[in-house]
Amino acid sequence: MIVLLTRRIFGLILTLIAVSLLVFAVMALLPGDPAAITLGTSATPETLAALRHEMGLDQPLIIRYGQWLAGALTGDLGKSFTYGVPVAGLIAERLAVTLPLAALAILLSVLVAVPLGAAAAARRGGFFDILATLFSQMGIAVPGFWVGLLLVLLFATSLGWMPAGGFPGWGNGVWPALKSLVLPAVALALPQAAVLTRVTRSAVLDTLHEDFARTAVAKGLSRGRVLWGHVVPNALVPVLTILGLQFTFLVAGAVLIENVFTLPGLGRLAYQALSQRDIIVLQDVVLFFAGLVIVVNFLVDLSYLAIDPRLRAGGAR
Amino acid sequence: MTKFSCPSPSVVARKLAFSAVLSTGLLMIGLTQAEAAKTTLNLGMSVEPTGLDPTIAAPVAIGQVTWQNIFEGLVAIDQNGKIVPQLAKSWEISPDGLAYTFKLRTGVKFHDGQAFDSATAKFTLDRARGGQSVNPQKRFFSTIASIDTPDAETLILHLSSPTGSLLYWLGWPSSVMVGPKSSANDKTAPVGTGPFKFSAWAKGDHVDLVKNPDYWNKSVDVKLEKVTFRFISDPQAEAAALKAGDLDAFPEFAAPELMNSFEGDPRLTTKIGNTELKVVAGMNNTRKPFDDKRVRQALMMALDRKTIIEGAWSGLGTAIGSHYTPNDPGYKDLTGTLPYDAAKAKALLAEAGYPNGFSFTIKTPQMAYAPRSAQVMQAMFADIGVTMNIEPTEFPAKWVQDVFSGRNYDMTIVAHAEPLDIDIYSRDPYYFNYKNPDFNELMKKIQLTADAAEQNKLYGEAQSILAEDVPALFLFVMPKLGVWDKKLKGLWENEPIPSNVLTNVSWED
Repeated sequence: MIVLLTRRIFGLILTLIAVSLLVFAVMALLPGDPAAITLGTSATPETLAALRHEMGLDQPLIIRYGQWLAGALTGDLGKSFTYGVPVAGLIAERLAVTLPLAALAILLSVLVAVPLGAAAAARRGGFFDILATLFSQMGIAVPGFWVGLLLVLLFATSLGWMPAGGFPGWGNGVWPALKSLVLPAVALALPQAAVLTRVTRSAVLDTLHEDFARTAVAKGLSRGRVLWGHVVPNALVPVLTILGLQFTFLVAGAVLIENVFTLPGLGRLAYQALSQRDIIVLQDVVLFFAGLVIVVNFLVDLSYLAIDPRLRAGGAR
Repeated sequence: MTKFSCPSPSVVARKLAFSAVLSTGLLMIGLTQAEAAKTTLNLGMSVEPTGLDPTIAAPVAIGQVTWQNIFEGLVAIDQNGKIVPQLAKSWEISPDGLAYTFKLRTGVKFHDGQAFDSATAKFTLDRARGGQSVNPQKRFFSTIASIDTPDAETLILHLSSPTGSLLYWLGWPSSVMVGPKSSANDKTAPVGTGPFKFSAWAKGDHVDLVKNPDYWNKSVDVKLEKVTFRFISDPQAEAAALKAGDLDAFPEFAAPELMNSFEGDPRLTTKIGNTELKVVAGMNNTRKPFDDKRVRQALMMALDRKTIIEGAWSGLGTAIGSHYTPNDPGYKDLTGTLPYDAAKAKALLAEAGYPNGFSFTIKTPQMAYAPRSAQVMQAMFADIGVTMNIEPTEFPAKWVQDVFSGRNYDMTIVAHAEPLDIDIYSRDPYYFNYKNPDFNELMKKIQLTADAAEQNKLYGEAQSILAEDVPALFLFVMPKLGVWDKKLKGLWENEPIPSNVLTNVSWED
């Protein structure tokens, strides 16, 4: 078991290093010189050279990669070209927006999808089933950013109940910050909830046909108790798997929603860094996303190991 | 745009009842608040600045937050584009134009307590013109040969050659005065002498400024206590933030097609002013067939500027015949030099040896005005048998690399933001690859005199040369689309220099 774990962790580190090399190579191939962008249309060769030197862009690629990697390993992610502040702090600031947003969206989608999916499965073709089908088809078909625009029009522009966008920061109180995350979380949650409703519905349907469910019915338990007490908890495993996958997707994929609501999240940081060729920030953010996916996969692997003894035996060979 | 129907009457009634109770409860507080005029401002901008030091990076957004609010210069440029004294209260220019003697104000302090004097001014200018300088307008200072500071109040600039635009340039955001102790950190924590102090920067969202209680200029009455610059890049989100009341003002609204959506809003007012943003379609003047003046003239005559403005910017914009705006001193309306005439254009093209036209590629940045203009131009060029392919080119990164630095392009389109930058056609190297000794001579002559009337005459001649020679197709000047609260006073309606000067902004009771 320990050997296996060590091997897995070693593999994880190798993967991260490989990813970092790939990310660095891709950045090096991107057209556009950050120094030239900073100086704009009045750049002269002389000022350009001075700025490139200041930014460290005049160093050979291999040295720049080495410096970046060595820095990243010691927790120093470098300084943003455009903002002039350490990238680690920037990412932390953005996570303080993106993580609560993703968590809120997940929470909302679970609260809607699990009861709706289960109720739909309980009575196929019934009212909730039709509702669930309609909801999930709409949720998948309608783009989240468009929903976001509609929400802004209704709740911010017309009714004035909610801010139209922006983020006051957690320093100005929890409520104002939370308030500015509600509409984007709804917009973000809708497509997720749609997928999750479908997954829940089919998982519950499958579980309903399992032996223990039939046994429970045969024992004379009421339909509701069988469904909510036995079937739904057992059907949650595939639902949780999808949720895990969605979380990484939400953290990385909220760019459009963050743009509609002008939220200073991680997705928008990556987008801005790309257009400004703030290469250091972009490298770090991409590496962070990659690391997130790799670590989540690692945790999933570990949980399989914990569940299935056969894998443990196989791994120790 | 989608409209929502009103809530049902019962909902409205319930809401009204609720708010009646609430407002009665808050009446006392409300009354005491109403007596004091509002002293905060939420101002929107489309682009977030990259750093907050205008002396080390070019993006105009930096100056739009900091210039005149945090940082001040020896001189300033006012609402009408005039040079006015600021940290220098007066100056004298020697008869040969080679020595500028400034008398500086005394008792001026930076926000962190550093004193401003001639040594500080010398430090700032040496930093801007030195070998390590990354000042985006370093060329402004290139003729300063040496700087003398006989006493704390006196600054003397000795020039290697007369520089008639020096005073104007010293009024720019890139020429503001910085403190020796604080300049290294100005990018993230700017320290200036202005009426507002930097307070906080939530990257990706907003910058906060607060009133400087120790501001040196007692003749102005700064009313705002706190200003928040919020950065919103999406036009729909900009409009929503204005209508929802999240923002008090958007001095440079980015979407002309949404301007009329503010009509009928009782709280907001719209103002259409001038900017210095010249939208021009630059051509590679050394590449065939653009090396032939007749071809360039034919292309200019194939374009109906009015239609382009209509298509690209909802009709809001001023047609130009040269690289000059109606704001600028000595402006001449030259749109009649090569007016829209497709038949003449076709004949000229045949004369140049292209009776059947030709085809080329335009590299267009993604900013809304560029692809929209290009599409209208494409149709107009087709009328004279010229095929124009549109190649989207990411701005700034790819555009700077391909067009600006690489000069690997046929035609491009971009809005030039620098005020009074007609001299770019004399710069070598510059992306147009335009070379005209007569024009260069004029640009030199302008620097040899500090006499405004003489300069204006020379600028007039320079405009005429460009209008005739068309190194770039001169299309239009962008309007300054201001949207703000009706009770807000003192924001600039025109923009002789990119800025959001808040010194005289206040709320009407």
